[in-house]
Amino acid sequence: MKKHLTRRGDGALIEMTSEEIMIALEAGTEDAADRGKIAPLSKDDLECLLDIFMDTNRVVSVAHGEEVVVTHDIGTLRLMGDQGNSGVGIPLSRLQGIQVHERAFCSDTMELGHIDYSFKPVKPVIAMEQQEMESALLSTIIPLFYGAMPNLGTYYSPDGPFGNPSDLLPAGKVKEAYEAQESAVEHATRDMVYVGQKLAQVGCDGINFDTTGAAGDADFKATLHAVEKLKKTTDLTVQVGMAGEFVLGMHGGLEYGGRRLAGLYCHDQVKLAEKAGADIFGPAVNTKPSKDMPWNLARAVTFVKACVEVSNIPVHVNMGMGVGGIPVFETPPIDAVSRASKAMVQIAKVDGL
Amino acid sequence: MGMLIAHGVAAGMGGIRTAGDLVARMQMTRKMRINEARAYVATKLKISPSDLSDVYVMREVREELDIGIITSVPGCAKGIEAKARIAQLLDIEIASVNRLKNKINF
Repeated sequence: MKKHLTRRGDGALIEMTSEEIMIALEAGTEDAADRGKIAPLSKDDLECLLDIFMDTNRVVSVAHGEEVVVTHDIGTLRLMGDQGNSGVGIPLSRLQGIQVHERAFCSDTMELGHIDYSFKPVKPVIAMEQQEMESALLSTIIPLFYGAMPNLGTYYSPDGPFGNPSDLLPAGKVKEAYEAQESAVEHATRDMVYVGQKLAQVGCDGINFDTTGAAGDADFKATLHAVEKLKKTTDLTVQVGMAGEFVLGMHGGLEYGGRRLAGLYCHDQVKLAEKAGADIFGPAVNTKPSKDMPWNLARAVTFVKACVEVSNIPVHVNMGMGVGGIPVFETPPIDAVSRASKAMVQIAKVDGL
Repeated sequence: MGMLIAHGVAAGMGGIRTAGDLVARMQMTRKMRINEARAYVATKLKISPSDLSDVYVMREVREELDIGIITSVPGCAKGIEAKARIAQLLDIEIASVNRLKNKINF
């Protein structure tokens, strides 16, 4: 029986028959449907996915006229950064990096980001960031976001003023862990609003909250409060990109708008982002390295399709290494990336990547 | 980084090579979904939505409207100059353009 080349979730090249691919697709969509309490992909959707995997071309693409907008994370660090940010170490200024994205990579949008890429360390150097944003805005045409991570972890010891829930919880200090997270929400919200307002003053087009929820429900709550405040006080576009497929309940009892945050999947997350005033939402669905790519992509498309269907704002799905059906590998194979792109546009009907 | 280019080739609009920046601005300023944003920009440019990502069509459209083109042609609108024209063309507010207007209105 004919075998088709595809990938394992860790990026390794494997061979599967069309029957094996279809079995994996069905299992992947059922897994998402079961976890998210959402509809699995239809038979037509699964057939479309099968066609994408059976295409013998190395690179596949959407049809003419189906193209979508691409937004970013990590700013220009992918050019001048070190391996910790998947950077390639080219000695360019951030302004040069933005111009390279606009004029050489033909990016639809771009963003400026601090070398640490978290909001907290930006606060003391905000004038530097404003200055860089001002220069970039004068010399570029594409919309420019300022990107950073809420990263509540920076508010806990040893880096921040509050006790670390990861130390407090195993020690049985539940009340202290709750209080530390609640305090961190207040401080992080204040810092994110401060940074956003300062950038709005110099004409920044938008703020990208990247990897929201990485430190759990408190991280998501702080971001939603910051979004709400920034939308009320500035003209900034706000993009909320998530860190993982569901919100970790590091606190467990935190709510926004009367909704408990812990355990929410992307089709529920987007409704809260909308409520806070966000303009663009970026769902993230984790890739399982031990499973094959058909299983992972069917699962990711199922979650994201449900998110797109309930959303009233544009959905730009996270499609980096290890999310959105793309292998958990720092330099993902182009056959895998292009297949995931095509599936998200044609089946999940995303508004952007 | 190669991943970014792979996404752009597989499904991206093409930035200022085509109309990617313009469609992005409608999503950003009006929360338009992709089809609505494409239709809006196409109407403003007086072309069909499928032409928005066709570099053959868009090169000429961008040059005629003087809203910024991908190659460096002397005299064509650059940076904030192009954005000022885009704001007017799409009937949207661009914060950096408004800031410039405030600065020169002395």
